[in-house]
Amino acid sequence: MAFIQVKDVRFSYDQEEAGGREVLHGVSLEIEQGEFVALLGHNGCGKSTMAKLFNGMLLPASGQVLVDGLDASQEENQLEVRRRVGLVLQNPDNQLVAGVVEEDVAFGPENLGLPPEEIRRRVDGALQAVDMYQYRLHAPHKLSGGQKQRVAIAGVIAMETKLIVLDEPTAMLDPQGRQEVMETITRLNREKGVTIVLITHYMDEAVQAGRVVVMDEGRILLDGTPQQVFSHVERLKRHGLDVPQATELCYQLRAAGIELPYIPLSVEECVGMFQKLLAQ
Amino acid sequence: MTAFSGLRERRGKAYRQAYGSARRREANGLTILETKNLTYKYGAGTPFEKTAVEDVSLSIGKGEFVGVIGHTGSGKSTLIQMLNGLLRPTSGQVLLDGQDIWQEPKKIRQVRFRVGMVFQYPEYQLFEETVLQDIMFGPKNMGLPDEAAKARAVQAAAFTGLKPSLLDESPFELSGGEKRRAAIAGVIAMDPEVLILDEPTAGLDPRGRDVLLAQIAQYHKERGNTVLLVSHSMEDIGRVADRLLVMNDGRKAMLAPTKEAFARGEELEKMGLRVPQVTKILQGLQKLGFPVDPTALTVDDALKQLIPYCKQRQAAGPL
Repeated sequence: MAFIQVKDVRFSYDQEEAGGREVLHGVSLEIEQGEFVALLGHNGCGKSTMAKLFNGMLLPASGQVLVDGLDASQEENQLEVRRRVGLVLQNPDNQLVAGVVEEDVAFGPENLGLPPEEIRRRVDGALQAVDMYQYRLHAPHKLSGGQKQRVAIAGVIAMETKLIVLDEPTAMLDPQGRQEVMETITRLNREKGVTIVLITHYMDEAVQAGRVVVMDEGRILLDGTPQQVFSHVERLKRHGLDVPQATELCYQLRAAGIELPYIPLSVEECVGMFQKLLAQ
Repeated sequence: MTAFSGLRERRGKAYRQAYGSARRREANGLTILETKNLTYKYGAGTPFEKTAVEDVSLSIGKGEFVGVIGHTGSGKSTLIQMLNGLLRPTSGQVLLDGQDIWQEPKKIRQVRFRVGMVFQYPEYQLFEETVLQDIMFGPKNMGLPDEAAKARAVQAAAFTGLKPSLLDESPFELSGGEKRRAAIAGVIAMDPEVLILDEPTAGLDPRGRDVLLAQIAQYHKERGNTVLLVSHSMEDIGRVADRLLVMNDGRKAMLAPTKEAFARGEELEKMGLRVPQVTKILQGLQKLGFPVDPTALTVDDALKQLIPYCKQRQAAGPL
């Protein structure tokens, strides 16, 4: 059974009012344990709403969201659901609560009422997983943006959540910070088997996922591997989205009659393709 | 004069490619903004003293479009806040049109009208009852009568692509992108000689980002004002900026035409920065022996070089 099962979910923000604007129109989606899914779409397409449905922050108007088999709309399941699904948001400054890095990471496990030695083990492990262990005694506000986001991710890992949903975690970061966060997410997914849902507007981040889901006007427009999804260059552009520059460049070259074996998704892949072509 | 006109040429070209034909503005080569040995220390004289900006001297020409990049904590926010008098330098000077802005501290408000600042996530600063009133707030604050302030607000809203029908709405009814436009319009309505935008496209989706960037470029083209754009997106900067100011550890690391700055990719990477992806591809292809100019900053520029070359190669056999 899939870890996340979204079944024909409808949602609107003013559900009590008649004629409330519906933002999800019967969406169905399954995410397996261990997947790395990028969720794309223009502002207002419903992707952040989806993220909040995954951990029970929002409840569907109709349809069902199952997390690890638990119905997220049942109040008695809510605590269990949130233990399984952690959320990391855009602004790192809004999610750090303590004056010392390790205390911040310990906040969640402490709330679970775990014994001190277990908290210690989890905090150390989580900080090592995001490569911030050497900063454990630092003040969070003195860290760089990328470091703060990694501490926020550590806070979620310390809860031993199975799924981490990140809602535009790099929007406020500089290029170095973006790279740090992306490397951390990728490593957690590959080495620790953490399921990842990454919401992003950066196409070069989306291509690092194993699967890309594109939402549009409250529906799922495309769902597949990055290669499959980003081959729909015109369609994505029509819906206000973009493709990585490497993809755009090679797509246009092909359109101009240049024969290319495939359409690359990254700078490295693009240069590598031309290198192979030259060697032939 | 000649140095600037060369620069204008290059900028004009980038514009035509990115945004259609550009009307070339008179290249007068005048300086609008200048800093001399500008230094800012937080907590000066305390044990927590930290130098955020150190000994920065630079000069920005009238009508230039300058991109500002640098890692978090590189001093760019502190620098731009000194440029419009929000922070007073610990030492050194900011000259606006040749005048030290702190010469008469009581008149510093005037400087803030002349050097308009759009902060990050400006949509959180909307507060009036209607969008129109919000945009009029700046010009009214400058002492303009209601009618004149309104005329400016309507024009500024048009510049940012805000639909006229939204002007009577409450700002809180707008979408995120519309709120951002309204907030930018509020600064543009003051008709500043220098417009500074701190990450205006952060958090916008690709279309929202492209449209807003094009509108800022259009505003710059029509008004001829000076624009400073702070961004973490090298692709955005590559599309619109004539020159690039690179800040690193509180110091000015580079101030050079955009193409020249992005040609120094390895230096930029050491500072935690990058070059636009397409520029990086061309740099890689050049290493493979492709006869390309690796300084192209947009996909269109790259295609103009690659298509003829690839066709020629393909005609002689498989690429």
